[in-house]
This record gives sequence, C-alpha cells and structure tokens, in this order.
Amino acid sequence: MSKVTMTVNGRATSGDVEGRTLLSSYLRDTLGLTGTHIGCDTSQCGTCVVHVDGKVVKSCTMLALEADGAVVDTIEGQANADGSLNVIQQAFQDHHGLQCGFCTPGMVMSAAALLKDNPKPSESEIRKYLEGNLCRCTGYHNIVKAILAASGQDVSVVAAE
Amino acid sequence: MYNFEFERPSSVDDAVQSLGGEALALGGGQTLIPALKQRLNQPDKLVSLTGISELNGISMLSDGRLSVKGATTHATVAEQAREHYPALADLARHIGDPAVRNRGTIGGSLANNDPAACYPAAVLGSDATVVTNAREISASDFFTGMFATVLSDNEIITEVRFQVPSSANYQKFLQPASRFALTGVFVAKFADGVRVAVTGASENGVFRWADAESALSANFTQSAVENSSVSPDGMISDLHGSAAYRASLVKTLTKRAVAAAS
Repeated sequence: MSKVTMTVNGRATSGDVEGRTLLSSYLRDTLGLTGTHIGCDTSQCGTCVVHVDGKVVKSCTMLALEADGAVVDTIEGQANADGSLNVIQQAFQDHHGLQCGFCTPGMVMSAAALLKDNPKPSESEIRKYLEGNLCRCTGYHNIVKAILAASGQDVSVVAAE
Repeated sequence: MYNFEFERPSSVDDAVQSLGGEALALGGGQTLIPALKQRLNQPDKLVSLTGISELNGISMLSDGRLSVKGATTHATVAEQAREHYPALADLARHIGDPAVRNRGTIGGSLANNDPAACYPAAVLGSDATVVTNAREISASDFFTGMFATVLSDNEIITEVRFQVPSSANYQKFLQPASRFALTGVFVAKFADGVRVAVTGASENGVFRWADAESALSANFTQSAVENSSVSPDGMISDLHGSAAYRASLVKTLTKRAVAAAS
C-alpha cells in the first residue's frame, strides 16, 4: 500500500491505496463520495467524469496514485455554498435533462468544464463535447437544452422537445 | 485488475532505470488501464511517465520541424500545434473524447501502435522521427505490425519530430461505438512529393499507399486517384467492415483528405 494525498472538493484528503486502485475507487470507497458513478468501467460512458487540476478525466481510467498531489473536483462539490443547486444543476432540473439520473454526475462535470472554456457554446459544440458521455434515457436533447440554458442562451434552437 | 507496484519518477533517466523485467511504462493509461482490467497484460510494475516535466511540450526546432515531447497529451497537441501544424492539431482534436484527450499521450499511442489509432498515420505521413532515450528512429522503421514497434522493453519515446508539410489533412471514418478510426487516411503534401498514410485498414497496421502517392505527387487533385485502388488482400475484416469495404474507404478518405488539404 502507498499513501496518496489529494485535495477533493477543497478538502485535503489522504488514504492508503494499492498500485491498482483507480481514482474512481478512491473517491467512492475510501472517501465515500459515491456521486461519481461507475457505469461501463471501460472509459466509454463518462459517468465517472471528474476534474483533475481543472481538466475532465474519466476517473475509472486513472490510477489514484497518478492523482497524488492533485486538485480533484467531483459532483459533490458542485452545489452552491448554501446547498442549493448551482446554475448547471438547476438547468438540468428545469429542462428535464435527466430521467434515471445515472449519467447526470458525469454530464454535469463535463458541462462545467465545457462552460469554463467556452462560456457560450453552440448546440453543435455542446453535442461534440459530450461525445464521451452516454445517456440511455433522454436522447440528449434536454441535456443539450439544459447546458444551453446554463450558459444563458436561448434553448428554443434545440429542435426536439 | 491484478495488483502491481507503482512508480512515478521525475526524470527520463530514473524511468529507464525503473523499467526492465515485467515492468511497463504508463503514459496516459487510456489503453493500458482498460487492458489491465481485462487482464490482457500483467506487469509487476507500472512506471508512470506523467510526472516527468521534460517529456511535456511542443516547440518548433531550428530546422523547421515540429517537436512534440513524448508524454504530451492529445489535448495539448490540439491546442498548441494549431499554429505550427494545423492538420496534426486537428487530428489530435478528434481522438477519443475530451476526457480521453486530457490523459492520452502521443508516446503512449505510438508505443501501443493500435492498428486503428490516429497518430501512427500522422507520424508515417509526415516522415517523422521518433526519438527515444536511446536512439532516433525513422517513422518508416518504427512500426513493425499490429501492436508492434521496434521499441525495446526499457525504451521510452521522449519526443516526436514532425516534418511540416505545405498542406495536409487527416480523414477518418469512425467506428461509432469505440470511436476509433474504422479507417483513417493522412495526406501530406511536401515540396518533394506527397505522402499518404493509412491506418485502421491493414492487418499489419499503418502503411503508405504508394500508388496514390505517385499519382498525387504528379497531380494533387481528387481525380488523380480515380483510377487507383488498394487491394483488399491483408485488410482487416470484422463485423464493422469487410476487407473490401475498408479498401474502398481508403480511396474515399484519400480523396476527401486531398479535397480538404487543397
């Protein structure tokens, strides 16, 4: 076992992990942050997306020890300080951007990274950015709407209801 | 995934010292970690290359070549190679998805030499030089077959030096589930001729399409390759596409790349 230390959602954390321990396992099993989901475990589906030093990564395809010393942000750190939903989360609720909700943590984390780099993305840019995040319920339209809305743009351009 | 020892050295020399035996170098892990989960590989030690600052970055060399250090991520190439070699940046910008591009590295991709990976086409198509801790290897010598290269077990790709063509383009036809290239073609026009490198098609991995190169060197238009064709012999055939389908894709994608590069 090796000691790993990282800042998760603003808090200093540390734990003992094996070489093979994935970042997703460290977050879920060691820290109890189960908002980061494991869907496919093969880096296809994107439910495990978190930010490492501000960049989106699939935490099921990164070793915990690779994140030693890093700043990690997960879905648990996204809400406002008073516990209310942040702009992106609220937009997902308002625009029905989720049904079963399994993909939602990854979708919100990807959306947050997109809007940080590109505050006013086009519909096409949103769809391209989400190519590594799979949703099996919504058909994506309402997710795209939610992200457009979170960026302060008109959602009527998205064709399907 | 079976357990292994993990090391994260801060210099190439230390990394080379740590390799050997059943140890493996770990780039961004976007292929190796899934492979370990499937127990397709069982190293007793992984030596991470992501903590080595000398393996990161992009710069123009005084001889006009573009240098990309071995552990540079696809996202960094997509962003920083744009002004120097737009076709290479564009290729990097379409590998995998944003999260994969933030981890995956050029050296990892080349060392793995997946028959459907994008970078091998750019490296062969640009007549690039693969630099390791031990030697410099011409692109035409580097790739030796599906998932095979001339790299030895304790050799690390430290840098790739690309010749920058006057114009170039990469076209790929996506396998929609994996998002790898079902087939991809990199066309590069240099002052002394055109190079056409094909990935995702041959059972032997990336290759140059010589007929198209001579036709396009004489006349850089789509119609120049109209009468050329690639033999389906030795092409990959699977549930996603037959050998004949891939051979047809090679020509179609070559024409698209020529049109986009013209």
